[in-house]
Amino acid sequence: MSAGIDLDDVCCDFGNFRAVDHVNVDIQPGEFFSFLGPSGCGKTTILRMISGFTEPTTGVIRIGGKDMKGQRPNQRPTALIFQNLALFPLMPIWENIAFGLEVRGVDRAKRRKRAEELLELVDLHGAADKMVSQLSGGQKQRVAIARALAVEPSVMLLDEPLSALDLKLRQHMRAELRTIQKRTGVTFIYITHDQGEALAMSDRVGVMSQGKLQQVATPREIYNTPANGFVASFVGENNILTGSVQNPGGGMASFVTPFGTFRARLGEAAAGQAVKLYIRPEHMTLSETAGTENSVPVTVGDVSFEGSFITVQGITENGTQLIAELRNDGSATVPAVGSKRSMTFDAARSAILPDGIKAGA
Amino acid sequence: MERLLRRYGAVLTGTFIALTAFWLLVLVLLPNFTMLESSFRPYLPAVEIGGQKDFYSFRNYLTIFGTPFDTSLLGMHFTIPLRILIFLSTIFYSALVTVITFILAYPVAYYLAKIVSPKSLPTLFLLLFVPLWVSEILRAFAWWIIFTFNGPLNALLLGLHIVDTPVRWLGYNSVIVGLVYTYVLFMVFPLYNAMQSLDSNQIEAAENLGSPWWRTHWRVILPHSKPGIASGAVTVFMLCAGSILVPTILGGTSVQWFTQTIQSWMLEALDWNSGAAYAFILLTLCIVFVFGMMRVFGVKLSDIAK
Repeated sequence: MSAGIDLDDVCCDFGNFRAVDHVNVDIQPGEFFSFLGPSGCGKTTILRMISGFTEPTTGVIRIGGKDMKGQRPNQRPTALIFQNLALFPLMPIWENIAFGLEVRGVDRAKRRKRAEELLELVDLHGAADKMVSQLSGGQKQRVAIARALAVEPSVMLLDEPLSALDLKLRQHMRAELRTIQKRTGVTFIYITHDQGEALAMSDRVGVMSQGKLQQVATPREIYNTPANGFVASFVGENNILTGSVQNPGGGMASFVTPFGTFRARLGEAAAGQAVKLYIRPEHMTLSETAGTENSVPVTVGDVSFEGSFITVQGITENGTQLIAELRNDGSATVPAVGSKRSMTFDAARSAILPDGIKAGA
Repeated sequence: MERLLRRYGAVLTGTFIALTAFWLLVLVLLPNFTMLESSFRPYLPAVEIGGQKDFYSFRNYLTIFGTPFDTSLLGMHFTIPLRILIFLSTIFYSALVTVITFILAYPVAYYLAKIVSPKSLPTLFLLLFVPLWVSEILRAFAWWIIFTFNGPLNALLLGLHIVDTPVRWLGYNSVIVGLVYTYVLFMVFPLYNAMQSLDSNQIEAAENLGSPWWRTHWRVILPHSKPGIASGAVTVFMLCAGSILVPTILGGTSVQWFTQTIQSWMLEALDWNSGAAYAFILLTLCIVFVFGMMRVFGVKLSDIAK
């Protein structure tokens, strides 16, 4: 039922502006794939090209192996969930859900039955005869999902559908979406600028910036081994150090900074490019005595207690600020402001990455 | 009221209220009331006004049922009071014009509201308005010239061998064309307003769910535009039913519009009392007709006022 999607060297220009720049990605049938990026990075354009509302300037889009060129949106096996949901306010809920079936000439009784089944699936039984305006944000969300599922699409496209919901509901709907995706086995393509959503729900994530796909990988890989500085800093927090590479070899290198030389993993694309050292705050440890490797003496600056973790700001002797995020296991002590400590990080869990985004293809 | 007083003081507030009251009472209600009052009184020589014969009655109204007239429709022959026939044909042709303007205006309004780029919108609006700069009487005469027996339309049709003998266009055909031409914008703009407020995502959502264009129009765009359609239809219908210029100029001798009947009472017979009575018949029955149609199509008055 579900189909894979193959974007083959796809570009999309709006006048002189290149919204999507040589994107290549092969999305597997039944996969939950997210395009993650800041607004204006081209992710919505990709979605519109897959659903057929925008034609790629060059390149080929295949759904289930079939070239989609010239196929109207109403001929494609895709169902799109709009950012504002775009439910039909003048139809009752069940007609909204059954609209796709009405289009396909299914008779009224069957449509009604199917709509009620789908309402059951999204936990909204009894809402069939309500109007859209009578539902809450989360309920509308589910109606939109049910409406899209009704046409039994091979590919479901979701354009930041959770962005209008409040935090609690958003977290709940994340789990819900994931469950529905697993239950139906439909390929989900999810567009978001929220890294938490992308990491939590997806099988794979494609991080985008300025129309280019920066990295395609599992959420773990994206977070743990980002391909470049953009991915590292868009997904999660970092301590970013400037300096220069020395003695590269074996995937590792030395990184020389004004306040010490550190060992770190050398990113693949780093050769011959301007680089920086990226260290996650939660990979920094704070100790009274200096460690053997990658240790920096600091003066404790700001300390903020966040509940499950404690953020400690350390200032090096040349004034660089470093952040350590310490897990609060209940016994962790909060260091006093102004005390002298050492910040230490693991060479394998820090990375020397090209500064900024992937260069033009 | 309190806010008005606080904001503008007693003098200005008083002026506002006085002006509004003057407009409503003196310029709107008073003339209409005078006409209503005189419609119930007989038409009398000046010396007898206020005399014994001057009393209220429905006699002026009831003359509409006089003057039996033999006619036929769809092969059926029947006798009907002449002025009732005129009234019914006025209503019928006004409704027909309303339907035609809707058919013409819908695609135009949709194009303006959803397809054309906002940049070229002012130019297109200007192009739509340009014909309105020419006075209505000139436009009606222009159509009259086009439609005359030896006019350009017949010349063109003869030249292209579409017809063998010239067609007599002047009559209800030309009145319909003239009225559509005069009032079509009153349909375009309410429709445009209604459609323009439709979220384009809904159109795309319908298409995405597999809907062909006509079903998207039928199920999504048309229902959304209903208030605009209603307001456009009421306006066009009322304007047509109350139109006098176009039927007079383009109708020739074969067309009798109800307004022409009113006019002949007023200006030819100089019987203002009967003329007033007929004017109120037109007004009342048109309102009844409009409300009836609104009931049929399920439109509320508040939708139209939007």
